[in-house]
Amino acid sequence: MSVGRAVFFLLVFPGALYAVPAAWLMLWLERKLAARAQRRIGPPFFQPFFDFVKLLAKRPVPRRTLQGLVMTALPVLAVAAILGALSLVPVFPRSHGFSGDLILLVGLLEVPPLCAVLAGFASGSLYGELGATREAMLGVASSLPFLTALLALAAAAHSLTLGDAALAAGWPVRVPALVALALCLPVKLRVNPFSVANAEQEIYTGVTTEFDGPRLALWELAHGLEWVALTGLWVAFAVAPANVSRPLRAVAFVVASLVLALVVAAVAAATARLKLTQAARVYWQWGFAVALVALVVAMVWP
Amino acid sequence: MRVLDKLVRTARRRSPWLFHLNAGSCNGCDIELVTCLTPRYDVEQLGIRLEGSPRHADIVVVSGPVTRTTRAALETVYAQVPDPKVVVALGSCPASCNVFAGSPVVEGPLESIVPVDVFVPGCPPRPDAIIAGVAEAIAILAGDQPRNDEGRP
Repeated sequence: MSVGRAVFFLLVFPGALYAVPAAWLMLWLERKLAARAQRRIGPPFFQPFFDFVKLLAKRPVPRRTLQGLVMTALPVLAVAAILGALSLVPVFPRSHGFSGDLILLVGLLEVPPLCAVLAGFASGSLYGELGATREAMLGVASSLPFLTALLALAAAAHSLTLGDAALAAGWPVRVPALVALALCLPVKLRVNPFSVANAEQEIYTGVTTEFDGPRLALWELAHGLEWVALTGLWVAFAVAPANVSRPLRAVAFVVASLVLALVVAAVAAATARLKLTQAARVYWQWGFAVALVALVVAMVWP
Repeated sequence: MRVLDKLVRTARRRSPWLFHLNAGSCNGCDIELVTCLTPRYDVEQLGIRLEGSPRHADIVVVSGPVTRTTRAALETVYAQVPDPKVVVALGSCPASCNVFAGSPVVEGPLESIVPVDVFVPGCPPRPDAIIAGVAEAIAILAGDQPRNDEGRP
């Protein structure tokens, strides 16, 4: 992958220029759908954008130097990591990526939850710490099926390159792997029925309880970008037509991402929150079982 | 810079987040405030969100006459809200201590402790009145309307 192409993927598509508006659109979709499900009108279209600008323009209450530094660095790191992960999503499998980018993607996708855990503890608030503990426990639980499913796709394609895995993995492997990945979406996006880590009304907003102004704005942005990256990753594996021109592929990617976001938001609006133990059990048992099926099929399928 | 300033003011107008503090209220005003979030009034269409943490808030809505036990919490919460912020006194209690005036455990009215920008009278006020009060708070927040600076400590 040439430098110019990598910069394009990072900054234009599927990176920042596409991802930031798409992040706001998905955050709006989530809130709007929840509102419509409760027979409310819901927030205006530009709401997440105005929230972001307003939070950026707030003057945070001064903190002790080191704590302030850590609490600023963590959301910045989360946004940077998720943008990096986005640039690796194989929208154009033939020209995208390099050998071993699957490992890099997994690493980058794990950075924002890790930052969130650290942020919860750094904020020194009881609710932040509770949220961080839950985030860590669910992160471990959901990583098991998530990584197993990605591993199955890579094993089926005999390659650690995302583009190859998106093109070559056979459907008997792909279907259970996609089911396992889809099961991981709500917990990684912290929405119902797995909104345990940021359980509003219960522990306020979990790890971001003590964050204010621009720092909170960055967390909101990181959350939105996670929506784009994770739905995008799923779509890149699910909608992988081989012989289609690039613009058409890009359009299909965007449309399918939005449809998937809509489905996740609809499930979130229609369900209630599970308990921590119930949520973890879903991933340790069902998520892992499905992902294991994919891995076994990938190993034994000719 | 002018465009940026205009954008920020618009954003403040369109995205006011509330924090509600019960400073010894009887729960009447609190129920009326929550009513504003229900399908009938649905203030989310104005961008209003009721936040659980004062650090996320723009507007602090205080109900109750400020009792001795809640005074410290009120002062902490007020200090934690990042600027610019607006305080709304919800109901008659924070304005005048209402029927609790003269009680040895009441330290109100609210204005003697933190600066108040908007008063919403009523015992309890109707949701319509609360929304009107919050709208006034939003105008102050966005700089469309000057603050009431009289009687500031």
